[in-house]
Amino acid sequence: MANWKWIAGGVVVVAAVAVGGWVWTTVDTSRNAGADDQIALADFVSDDTDAIARGEYVMRSADCAACHTQGQGDFAGGYEIGTPFGTLVSSNITPDRDTGIGAMTERDFFDAVRQGQGSKGMLYPAMPYTAYAKLTDQDMHDLWAYMSTLDPVSNAIDENAGMGFPYNQRIAMLGWNMLFFDNSGFKGDAGGADRGRYLVDAGGHCSSCHTPRNALGAEISDNYLQGARVDGWYAPEITSNPHQGLGQVSVDDIAAYLGTGTDGHAMASGPMADAVEHSLQYLRPDDLTAMAQYMKSVPGSGVTTPAPMDLTATRGALAYEVNCAACHGVSGEGMGLLVPAFADNHAVLSDDATNLARVMLLGARAAHTQAAPTGGGMPSFAWKMDDAQIADVLDYIRNSWGNAARPVDPALVTQMRSSLDARNKITAGE
Amino acid sequence: MATNQKADVVIVGLGWAGSLMAEELTRAGLNVVAIDRGPWMDTSTHTPPAVDPDELRWAIRKELFSPPKDNTLTFRNTTDQVAVPQRDFGIFELGGGVGGAGFHWAGMAWRFDPYDFEIRSRTIERYGIERADDGELQLQDWGITYDELEPFYDRFERIAGISGKAGNIQGKINAGGNPFEGPRSREYPTPALKTLRSMEVFNDATTRMGYHPFTIPVANLSQPYVNPLGVSMGACSYCGFCLGFGCGNYSKSSPQACIFPVLMRRKNFRLLTESCVIRVNKAEDGETVTGVTYVDAQGQEHVQEADIVCVTAFQVDSTRLLLLSEIGQPYDPRTQEGSVGRNFTFQTVSGVDMWIEGEQMNPFIGAGGLGSQIDDYNADNFDHSDLDFLHGAGMLTLARDGLPISKAGKLPEGTPRWGAGFKQAYKDHYQTYTTIFNQGSSMPIKQGYLDLDPTYTDKFGQPLLRVTYDYSQSDRNMAKFTMDRAVEIAQEMGAQHITPFNFADKPFTTAVIASDHVIGGTPMGADSRTSVVNPWLQSWDCHNLFVCSASVFPMNSGYNPTGTVGALAIRAAQAIVEKYVPNPGPLVEA
Repeated sequence: MANWKWIAGGVVVVAAVAVGGWVWTTVDTSRNAGADDQIALADFVSDDTDAIARGEYVMRSADCAACHTQGQGDFAGGYEIGTPFGTLVSSNITPDRDTGIGAMTERDFFDAVRQGQGSKGMLYPAMPYTAYAKLTDQDMHDLWAYMSTLDPVSNAIDENAGMGFPYNQRIAMLGWNMLFFDNSGFKGDAGGADRGRYLVDAGGHCSSCHTPRNALGAEISDNYLQGARVDGWYAPEITSNPHQGLGQVSVDDIAAYLGTGTDGHAMASGPMADAVEHSLQYLRPDDLTAMAQYMKSVPGSGVTTPAPMDLTATRGALAYEVNCAACHGVSGEGMGLLVPAFADNHAVLSDDATNLARVMLLGARAAHTQAAPTGGGMPSFAWKMDDAQIADVLDYIRNSWGNAARPVDPALVTQMRSSLDARNKITAGE
Repeated sequence: MATNQKADVVIVGLGWAGSLMAEELTRAGLNVVAIDRGPWMDTSTHTPPAVDPDELRWAIRKELFSPPKDNTLTFRNTTDQVAVPQRDFGIFELGGGVGGAGFHWAGMAWRFDPYDFEIRSRTIERYGIERADDGELQLQDWGITYDELEPFYDRFERIAGISGKAGNIQGKINAGGNPFEGPRSREYPTPALKTLRSMEVFNDATTRMGYHPFTIPVANLSQPYVNPLGVSMGACSYCGFCLGFGCGNYSKSSPQACIFPVLMRRKNFRLLTESCVIRVNKAEDGETVTGVTYVDAQGQEHVQEADIVCVTAFQVDSTRLLLLSEIGQPYDPRTQEGSVGRNFTFQTVSGVDMWIEGEQMNPFIGAGGLGSQIDDYNADNFDHSDLDFLHGAGMLTLARDGLPISKAGKLPEGTPRWGAGFKQAYKDHYQTYTTIFNQGSSMPIKQGYLDLDPTYTDKFGQPLLRVTYDYSQSDRNMAKFTMDRAVEIAQEMGAQHITPFNFADKPFTTAVIASDHVIGGTPMGADSRTSVVNPWLQSWDCHNLFVCSASVFPMNSGYNPTGTVGALAIRAAQAIVEKYVPNPGPLVEA
């Protein structure tokens, strides 16, 4: 965290500037005027079953449950989100009047979800209001109707508990918003021709993970959906890039991956498994298809396919045959919906090999869904292979069976073994 | 004592039977609580494929099994002896965690023979009543037929993805399968595994001799598979570490691999681990049960109330739980009255070890259940008119494993057992060794039963179970007969060294493992005087109590029991949903 002081100083300066009252557009909530400002959620009763059903779908598409449910009751909050600025705790969004959002009106709710202006002050963009700003009025009204049907749960949350000064100063977000928050609604036909972009950008908030962020935690729009490291994982490029993006993955395969956790090649795990399990598996096939079509239309990074490394009859090849082939196949063909394939799996070709190093070190669990419930487990090899051996075997899978990718730096494995607190390889005498 | 929120159904023991029933019951919308005395275990985390299987840890020290200190029993051969506690595993290979023995089993996945279910009627019909009632045996029918159970065998095989080759599809005999098996509605879900070298030699010899070899149906999957619950399984890599091991690459069927992924997702299913049920609680009127009492890991007693109780523990534990709960009348070997504890039997094992010089069996290539078998001397597939026994044995050769520690004792007679001579002999014979294992049936006897020990208690202060059993003369004669046939086959296979073995030429003991397939104690049947549960596995005494375990078998066949336990579990669970819940009460009038 070499930049810590610099960042901290920057935030304070930005905050000071903002408090000076420069900017109105980012705090302007006038487009929420259509929302009711009289009835609190705890008192609101909707008899519009269609709206409630649509609202549940909006909730699913926006993946509210993933962050706001953590074993303390549905939507009762308590989920910890690690950020470079400290640990945030998600809030209780049940209609409980005292510890939830029961005292909010529909207008308050709109202001919080779309502009990040919460009942306890400005929200941090870990709550993706930067994306939800694009949610349509209709979806917001429906979501409100759905929220009113939740069971109130009394569960007091201290959202700031894990944030130190100056990052616990929510007022600073005024300045952050001024610099980075686009407070405009969705431009396009959210229910028609632009449906895919709407789902990806608004509820789906895909860019929250898949777009790299600057030092102040704002998405870098020039690298939209071109891949980013998040919390010890790498959210890969999901653009038209043919090498490490979705350029050569079919729309049907992308839709299958989103809806079930796997397309028979790639398999969701880690935070993407959460997204699939809590959100994407509930979306309609036509919506998944629209999302896939849109992502394949997004301009990609300039990352190109390198010439393949010739790794036949190497240590990596031997290690693969001994350790990996039983499940992943002697030709990297995987095993149906259970074990990911490597051949023709662009998810393993990213220049950034963080995910591959991570699952080698810690193991992983695949997503489990209604359609593909298995949730297979990948074991850890940290105890069995040193950093160079892991890099060797990763190079092998990235450069065999038609694959080609850049070499994995053993230093990446070294650094991750340390940052993930993975165990060392067993040595004689241990 | 704490009382939990009442459930629709409480399940005692989450092995194959418990998880199959839980899946059916939760799918029908019932709220189910399962209680297992073991810890949570999953294959990919507890026995990951990244860790080379450790023979010493799993096969020799048996670390996956429930240890004798937590559950043992006392044993004697006859009622005039004093039973003493067993202090090692012996023939009891109970599961140590959720999944039960289904986590560490080898994977032979059989159906019983049609003769088994009607053994008394068919024996009388073919050989006369004097053969069925010889004074020693206690033959009784199961109250269901093979044909009635067939759809549920099919369902179990689909869920577990069993690999095999059908020999009889709807009466049509198929080459390559077992021509003696009961008719099945369709082919196995996945093809048979590959034929390994020891199987080839066995197949060739038995074919020349006019027998009918086939590949054993197994829960070690020949190819990737998705079961009817939507759960994916992988293909077996023939690593051979199955019996006593967990399978981390999803190719050995287990509750973990086949059922838990859907079961654990269901909101109406709840699992309590490390909690030992010590009693099924009877209602005051004695007509029903109210739930169970269990002790958690901290030693606290709890009550779990439920409208329906399913006892799905291992055979000895299911029987003991009924005895401890004073449900039903304990069996009396003097009068043959009472039914709880009745018809304990084992299996009657004989065979040969053999060494064929010049062969390369490559035993390190294997799968837990893999082998070839002939059923020419199993069930009633051959005429017993002039023989001094009933039933028979599945005669099989194994291509199971190459465990180097376990196999070190498998050397021809006269071979040095230590030093340079031993090392050279083991080097020579590791590749030439194979076996014929006669998995013999076991006929129930009037003097074979289970009751509560008068002296010894467990860690909760409750009496241990007491086993009283010895082989019947019929079983002893059968073991000798099939051993002699195995010697003939070994000779035809070209073995230079043949060592016959027969566990039934001496008194039965629980201490030496011949098979681990103990059965009986709560037999099923159509006659409430001679059975504990009716053909739907419903207690005759308390109509909301169901028992599903090998304890309900009234006799033991020449096959492994798991497939039949699985089929009975599914059938019982469907009966609960379709018959019992709409109209609670006895499904069969006593």
